[in-house]
Amino acid sequence: MKTKKDCVAMLLAGGEGRRLGILTKDVAKPAVPFGGKYRIIDFSLSNCSNSGIYTVGVLTQYQPLVLNSHIGIGSPWDLDRNEGGVTILPPFVRQQGGKWYKGTANAIYQNLSFIENYDPDYVLVISGDHIYKMNYGRMIEYHQKTHSDVSIAVLEVPWEEASNFGIMQTNEEGRVVEFQEKPDEPQSNLASMGVYVFNWQILQKYLHLDENNPDSSNDFGKDVIPLMLRENLQVNAYPFKGYWKDVGTVDSFWEANMDFLSDNPPLNLYDRRWQIYTVNPNQPPHYISHRALVYDSMINEGCLVFGEVRHSILSPGVLVEEGAVIKESIIMSNVKIGKGARVEKAIIGEETWVGEGCRISSAEEGGSPSQIILAQENTVIPNYSVIKETWENISKVKGGQTAPPVK
Amino acid sequence: MKNNTMGVINVSSRDEFLKDLTLHRCMASVPYGCRYRLVDFMLSNMVNSGINNIAIFTLNKYRSLMDHLGSGISWDLNRKKDGLFILPPASHYPSGEYKGLLQILQDHLDYFSRSKQKYVVISESNMVCNLNLTPAIEFHQEKGADITVFYREENGATPGLVHRQKLELNQEKRVKEFEIKPGSLNSNKALLKLFIMNKSCLLDLIDQSIQDQRCSLLWDGIINNLHYLNIYGFPLRGFLAVVNSIDCYYQHSMDLLDPQVWQELFFQPGRIYTKVKDEPPTRYIKKARVTNSLLANGCLVEGQVENSILFRGVKVRRGAYIKDSIIMQKSLIEENAVVDQAVIDKDVRVTQGRQIRGEKDEPVVVAKKMVI
Repeated sequence: MKTKKDCVAMLLAGGEGRRLGILTKDVAKPAVPFGGKYRIIDFSLSNCSNSGIYTVGVLTQYQPLVLNSHIGIGSPWDLDRNEGGVTILPPFVRQQGGKWYKGTANAIYQNLSFIENYDPDYVLVISGDHIYKMNYGRMIEYHQKTHSDVSIAVLEVPWEEASNFGIMQTNEEGRVVEFQEKPDEPQSNLASMGVYVFNWQILQKYLHLDENNPDSSNDFGKDVIPLMLRENLQVNAYPFKGYWKDVGTVDSFWEANMDFLSDNPPLNLYDRRWQIYTVNPNQPPHYISHRALVYDSMINEGCLVFGEVRHSILSPGVLVEEGAVIKESIIMSNVKIGKGARVEKAIIGEETWVGEGCRISSAEEGGSPSQIILAQENTVIPNYSVIKETWENISKVKGGQTAPPVK
Repeated sequence: MKNNTMGVINVSSRDEFLKDLTLHRCMASVPYGCRYRLVDFMLSNMVNSGINNIAIFTLNKYRSLMDHLGSGISWDLNRKKDGLFILPPASHYPSGEYKGLLQILQDHLDYFSRSKQKYVVISESNMVCNLNLTPAIEFHQEKGADITVFYREENGATPGLVHRQKLELNQEKRVKEFEIKPGSLNSNKALLKLFIMNKSCLLDLIDQSIQDQRCSLLWDGIINNLHYLNIYGFPLRGFLAVVNSIDCYYQHSMDLLDPQVWQELFFQPGRIYTKVKDEPPTRYIKKARVTNSLLANGCLVEGQVENSILFRGVKVRRGAYIKDSIIMQKSLIEENAVVDQAVIDKDVRVTQGRQIRGEKDEPVVVAKKMVI
């Protein structure tokens, strides 16, 4: 018997993130690099640690290799604990055969025994797909104060975007009366952030009920919460104010990165009271040369900059050679940008080499870029290539020379 | 890879040459190169050379050093077997009572008798270089040496090595002569305080030092025993900074602004490890103008920075101008302040419009936590 914990967090990290295209070809969405040195999941894990929740189960399924090695034993988030700490929970085989996780609720259902170990009062269910800072402790206090069975964190979103979210309708006391998943005609603009607090006994009971319903898709938003509402449980909305972003699409991924570069970034990475933790690469300081020009950007350790970097984010270990210009782009770890190359409104995957004189931009001559270009990780883009659209296959590039581009 | 060698880093040497930088810390924990401490270099060199049993002998002012080293996890030295040992003196030495490294080693004889390794590498903490020790250890074994001393072939004086003893070798690389009086030996080989010894030989020297009450490893242990022991010399090539004065600290820090030195010192042949900090990326705002500078993570640059070295978490406000300077961790340079030819220690605040200017080759040093 392990020591009882007040709260166990279950972090859903098995999502594929299909709309992120080649960014999630080999990694799960929570493991996609973000903000120069982080991965998306770092925000939720740091929130747990900063909120004093030190027992976290991470549910993985899709492409978990990078995610597993990133999380390790959880030490970057102070989650390497004698009791509790972080536990990775992949689907597994039982005596009666095993099953993949069918949905978010089923993933937790298959791991009820993990939660039972700690016999908690509350179970916090969160997702590893979102960029935000949130004190879950306050939400649990609210949950206690309102004597809720379930609390769902909600955020006011612009009305025109409301149909992209799970929308809550609440009464005056903040009790949820209706839940609609991505409604065509939203009745409210309170969007679910995918952050739930359940009383443990209630969660247990309803996960069993849901599992026994053959028509259910075993999803919290689609099945379990509506079932709880039908059964008239006390489901309350916990109003959250602050920055929260679902980086589900390439556009929102790029925007959320660029948010860090705005004059007053809505999410402050420099606040020492609520730090975002990650696996720190061991890289020397970055160097900005005599002739380099860097402004309105974020640069990480291990970079060497001889060219121009404007309104962009460089991850650790990036080389920008002389005469290269990087604009409004996100450059991931250990990328090399060759002499005189121009990269505009692009996301360049880890370890990719961009050859000399390449032009990566969707803009026509003199115009502005119409779309974001993704360049796959671990590839060599030959010298003088011209790339105007997202690039997945080396054979698609025309007009390039195949000389090794950058040393 | 096990090479039967243990490491000793000596942090008991005099450190007053670094003035304000060693007011509250020992030499080993003097910050260097944006995010490192001096000790990181030899410690990483040992680890990268397969040495996994390393002891750090300290004398005083070791709080910041212990904080930095912790369990040794950053160097992969948090091991069940061997690993990192921080060994302060067993008793407090009143000033004048401390006679040399052999005296402190003697305090911890048990450490040596418990360790299984046959060879010991002994280094000072103020050597900045990236070095694979394996060829030297193999050389030591092949020659059947008792002691192998490292030397540096100098063409023109390098700061930090000017006052070092010279040595001369015979054709077998055995040390023929050590310089005893300055200038008495016409050689370009400067002796470094980096040695490989047979552990049994070291234990004999410690034993001898108790009887004679003479405890300097270099003088009483090595130089005076030239004719009784097999002492060989091994050259140290590549970038090397021996930091033993402010001048030399400043100059060798500025050496890092050459990308080739950067590449060599931080990557070749191994990586230099340090205690990691959770610093966000460095942010450059629209008005920032930075040229020929090195910056660690966590900085916020709104002003102008030229030929300078900024440690983690430094803030440079609008209109501030930093030139030819070293600014350490979390210091704040406020609006329109000017810092020129200065070494600014940690947590310093240079208030609005203030100017700090040093002379060429004589940088101003501003001590930790000062407000100017």
